[in-house]
Amino acid sequence: MKLKTTIGMILIVSFALAFAATADASTPEEKGFEIAARSDRSDIGFGDSEVELQMILRNAAGQESTRTLKIATLEKPDESVGDKSLVLFDTPRDIEGTALLSHAKILDPDDQWLFLPALKRVKRISSSNKSGPFVGSEFAFEDFTAIELNKFSYRYIGEEPCGDLVCDVIERSPRYENSGYTKQVSWVDQADFQIRKVEFYDRRGDLLKVLELKDYRNYDGIWRAHVLSMTNVQTNKQTDLVYGDYRFGAGLSENDFVKGRLSRLR
Amino acid sequence: MSIRTAQFAALALLVASSAAVSDDVAWDWSSNVEVQSRLFARNALWPGQGSQTAQVSLAATTELRWRNGDGDQRASIIPYLRRDSVDDERNLVDLQEAYWAREGDSFELLAGVNTVFWGVTESVHLVDIINQTDAAGDIDGEDKLGQPMVNLAWQQDWGLISAYVLPYFRERNYPGIDGRLRTPIPVDTDRPVYESSSEQNHVDVALRYSHYIGNVDIGLSVFSGTSREPRLVPANDAPVLLPHYDLIDQFGVDLQYTRDAWLWKFEAIARNGYSETFTAAVGGFEYTLYQVGESAADLGLLLEYQYDGRSELEPFTTADNDVFIGARFALNDAQDTSVLAGVAWDTGTGETFFNVEAERRIGDSITLELRARAFSGAGPQDLTYAVVRDDYVQIQLAKYF
Repeated sequence: MKLKTTIGMILIVSFALAFAATADASTPEEKGFEIAARSDRSDIGFGDSEVELQMILRNAAGQESTRTLKIATLEKPDESVGDKSLVLFDTPRDIEGTALLSHAKILDPDDQWLFLPALKRVKRISSSNKSGPFVGSEFAFEDFTAIELNKFSYRYIGEEPCGDLVCDVIERSPRYENSGYTKQVSWVDQADFQIRKVEFYDRRGDLLKVLELKDYRNYDGIWRAHVLSMTNVQTNKQTDLVYGDYRFGAGLSENDFVKGRLSRLR
Repeated sequence: MSIRTAQFAALALLVASSAAVSDDVAWDWSSNVEVQSRLFARNALWPGQGSQTAQVSLAATTELRWRNGDGDQRASIIPYLRRDSVDDERNLVDLQEAYWAREGDSFELLAGVNTVFWGVTESVHLVDIINQTDAAGDIDGEDKLGQPMVNLAWQQDWGLISAYVLPYFRERNYPGIDGRLRTPIPVDTDRPVYESSSEQNHVDVALRYSHYIGNVDIGLSVFSGTSREPRLVPANDAPVLLPHYDLIDQFGVDLQYTRDAWLWKFEAIARNGYSETFTAAVGGFEYTLYQVGESAADLGLLLEYQYDGRSELEPFTTADNDVFIGARFALNDAQDTSVLAGVAWDTGTGETFFNVEAERRIGDSITLELRARAFSGAGPQDLTYAVVRDDYVQIQLAKYF
């Protein structure tokens, strides 16, 4: 009798759990991935893009220094291959013409080459420095190079209001080596599926940085944030990326993203 | 005067070519001026060098770049001017770039003056051969003179082929009799001797293939023409050395293997020179410790071995049997502060060269660079005895516009 009741209880609970899972269609991991994938795939087919931006570095005392740069990106629609990108510095003037070419990979280290205009020298560089600061900013190399869907594993946490919108909150953990983060928590809105905010947790698990993505604009169905503010909550340093208008479909090709081109950019 | 003529001609050319194309033409103009002072630790050793221990030079560069509306044509003019307080032979008027280039889908044709770098190693640049060295400018061999060329570059999936026709030869400059950091007997650059009867008009040719396969970057090159390195031969009629420029053929290979924080580098050449065919090679690694001590700074450790099999009849080299050990410290701050320190030690003779280079940006448009160099271990029979009293500190301020 007692045993029967227990078995009955277990059956009922099991059914209830199974039903709940079916209704939800997925585990938190699957749901997290779905939300991230929907967000990542919202710009599929953009082809290529070019944009100019200002990078404003601000230290804890509020002193500012500014860099201007151009970024060209070539989309690789296959999610098992990373995008190609080219970053070209305009200012400060002493580093004008410095360029970084990246062929992003998913789990393997990216291929990266740096062009140093003073010597006209192209250098293959190590990309294992994922967590190092990108040109003195609060953005690490791993924040700056292409965020590829399959570089992370995901977990759905819940939903929260974010500004006027409602966001899904998902946790993502780097699957690649040498990351400076144990996890990132991202807020993805339920209307346009864009990332609004990301918290970065360091190797000790403490909150390190907060990234806010603002001024989203829609280019024929493709959303791009135009202000990215990264605040290091441990040092109070901040870096803003302020983007100009994106140009899509500029007709860039593979040959625009080869190392032999780095000395011919200007 | 000549520089103004060159600038005017450049401007005229650019204006003329821009008139032929549509709107959306992109112009970019920037300049910098720098003041450099060298403070020598001791009085000079050789006759004629004078007694001053300070040497100041001023240099100016302006860059004018143009790209047409379609983006398939570009041009560049970069004159460089230098004046030295002590040594007239360090004065220089040069065009680092003055070219026009036309791009296609997979090729680019460039005609004019350009500067090109080949190679991967840090302590010596064996493979790099297109441009003449501005040896009066700096002893590290990294300052170059613009080279007139026609260059056709062809990009394929399997790599980049770049062919060069080099119709005019640039002579190497050397410090004059007043200058420091020179040979005991000065080089008379007004009396060069060429193996080719066409002298400076001999047409040199070069071909380079470069590509990467996974973690390996590879470059193969061949050069045929007048050697950028002269033999320095005593003149019969005066106490000077005359530069002798021989015709050479040189094959080069450069390789880099990049894995994790390791860069493994190798360069080798085989040269059919004046007296013989010889080989030279340099190889080693750069290993970087990222974010040392939980700071943002990186510390790179460098080790390279230099071998050179040339005989004493060939142009002299100090990098013949040397170990180079270095450290590169990059703060990764907003001012891009970095320090590079290195020692090159000749395992045969014991001659040692110390080098420290530090740089930092001040504000948005000024850079400060410090260099300290010292020489030790040379006996009177050794090559670097020539500069045994020339240890110096160099402070350089540059303003960018």
